[in-house]
Amino acid sequence: MSKNASGTLLSVRNLTMRFGGLTAIDDLSLEVPAGKITGIIGPNGAGKTTLFNCLTGFYKPTTGTLRLAHPTRGEIRLEALASHLVARDAQVVRTFQNIRLFPKMTVLENLIVAQHNVLQRASKFSIAGIFKLPGYREAERQAIERAAMWLERLKLTHLADHAAGDLPYGIQRRIEIARALCVDPVLLCLDEPAAGLNPRESAELNELLLYLCGELGIAILLIEHDMSVVMNVSDHIGVISYGRKIAEGTPEQVKHDPQVIKAYLGEDEEEEVAGGAAA
Amino acid sequence: MSAVVFARHAMTPAERLRDASWVAFVGLILGIPLIGLTTVDVGGRLAIETRFGVLAAGVVAVFFGRLLLRWAVDQARNRKLERDRASTASAAQRASGTQKVVSTLGWLMLGASIALPIMFSDNRYVVDTATTVLIYVMLGWGLNVVVGLAGLLDLGYVAFYAVGAYSYALLSTQFGWSFWEALPVSGALAASFGILLGYPILRLRGDYLAIVTLGFGEIVRIILVNWTELSGGPNGISSIPRPSFFGLDFSRSAPEGQQTFAGFFGLDFSPMHRLIFLYYLILVLALLTNLFVSRLRKLPVGRAWEALREDEIACQAMGMNTTNIKLSAFAIGAMLGGFAGVFFASRQGFISPESFVFTESAIVLAIVVLGGMGSQMGVVLAATLLVLIPEFGRNFAEYRMLLFGLAMVLIMVWRPGGLLAHREPTLRLGAAGKEGAR
Repeated sequence: MSKNASGTLLSVRNLTMRFGGLTAIDDLSLEVPAGKITGIIGPNGAGKTTLFNCLTGFYKPTTGTLRLAHPTRGEIRLEALASHLVARDAQVVRTFQNIRLFPKMTVLENLIVAQHNVLQRASKFSIAGIFKLPGYREAERQAIERAAMWLERLKLTHLADHAAGDLPYGIQRRIEIARALCVDPVLLCLDEPAAGLNPRESAELNELLLYLCGELGIAILLIEHDMSVVMNVSDHIGVISYGRKIAEGTPEQVKHDPQVIKAYLGEDEEEEVAGGAAA
Repeated sequence: MSAVVFARHAMTPAERLRDASWVAFVGLILGIPLIGLTTVDVGGRLAIETRFGVLAAGVVAVFFGRLLLRWAVDQARNRKLERDRASTASAAQRASGTQKVVSTLGWLMLGASIALPIMFSDNRYVVDTATTVLIYVMLGWGLNVVVGLAGLLDLGYVAFYAVGAYSYALLSTQFGWSFWEALPVSGALAASFGILLGYPILRLRGDYLAIVTLGFGEIVRIILVNWTELSGGPNGISSIPRPSFFGLDFSRSAPEGQQTFAGFFGLDFSPMHRLIFLYYLILVLALLTNLFVSRLRKLPVGRAWEALREDEIACQAMGMNTTNIKLSAFAIGAMLGGFAGVFFASRQGFISPESFVFTESAIVLAIVVLGGMGSQMGVVLAATLLVLIPEFGRNFAEYRMLLFGLAMVLIMVWRPGGLLAHREPTLRLGAAGKEGAR
């Protein structure tokens, strides 16, 4: 994977998503730079998760384009891909707001399932796998090694053989991120990864995100309500309200943007804030 | 009735006595008409005779029985509490203990099933019943792929069993194919029916899926009843050839230029030879099925099935093609059902749509659910129970279905997750390290 951290990785152009009469996303345009952390914030119901669902193929956008500049595979149009192809071919991988692990399977199995496509190819439609041919065994060993590496980095090794569903909430969040990393993402989309975490766990999450982005060059798109996470780790923040982008910029700029404060706190604050934004 | 104590706390001796007295009193009231009075024939006329001695004995038995029952229940509860207290820390240890017990049980059962026809070599009934058990075990293992692993509720499994049976019946009676030639072809046919069913219902889950599969099962049966030119309609297909032992027939006399099994080995002819051969045949087929399914479970495709059962959306987010995963589960499950069907047809020698009614699907599903979804050993236990209970119940004639229902209720109360609900991980980090070093 090229760690070239310049340029735009994903460009969202004029994205609109309508459900019947409801416009969840309205003509949204957004750039996600390569190798950086981009935060998406906005009040509840602003359309953040809908944006993720469009990006990862779970919804087909009504109009608009989603262009991914894949480092090795050229330009990929995400809106044309089925959801499993977004993860498999475009390597855009997501986590979910309400954790979606495979609860009865162990943590290790969760991470191995994430490498399904690689392993399935190695198992040659299960024929090589049934007879335990050396090629398949080698692939399986590598998959386990890879899973073990991510378990180690996310401090989950001691829990590898536990059923994922039996573990505490904060740890399940970490497992979900580890599982997404096993797909080898170019762009990692995290939907409220800090929800339900205590302050210490969110601080650990910050560290992890900075490590993934800084050391491994994985671009991260982050939906988050926890401002201590978004403001501390994001290089760039987009603010959405009622399906429209109302502001964009560095955390400092966004924090003082009158539109943003209006969206979060209401009209009354406008006067007071205008001065702050000019400063 | 407040006198019967339902207390959760430990009972005092006085409470125990009062509890038992009340139950004995109820026994007395019920016993007067049922035991105390009886009709006798006195010179052609009916007279009533009293049996208060027997009644008294019965009431005393009820009294002490109640005391004993209470005591046993308390003991069991205490032991369970103790165990819960002791073992919260060592859940993993207990799990590996369960696994050890299950695998020991598996080997014991394998040994017993190999030895069975030798022990009962002249008991037609035992060998026949054991063969039936094994057919259901095989069907259970096949359906376990669809329901237990992939989590797709299939109420029409019997359709694939029927496809397998009719394929073999037609191939052998119309084209003269032998058992071994027809087996793979019939399996493949059943598998393609699985895919055919799978396609239109890819988007369905849960109840909706169950209803459509139920309908599919009925459609197949109704086609078999009505398409007389193909299937012989309600009359079915008869004189289906029996499997031979490497070309040696199990008949009294061989056709020109061939030998019989008994003749070749210099044995006296006995109809038991064929029964025992059929028993071992289904044993081998079932064991191959087990080996095949347990291998698949540890492969990417097997883990994908289980992941699909756990969370379909997460599967898509991991880049897995859920269409292929579902179809592969349907196809493999159907193929195994088809194999069982081939064996069924060749064992019976005669098949008709009556053998493939919904009840069969329900029994196989009950085997999978009672055994514990996804558990291979659970299927064996449940199949044995569900086939043997009605057999033992034969003496009770009209009560046998009652007994069957009671057993099902008891199992569900006693083990709501199925007989063996424990799930063994497909791989472990520790074990993987060792395997890598080899």
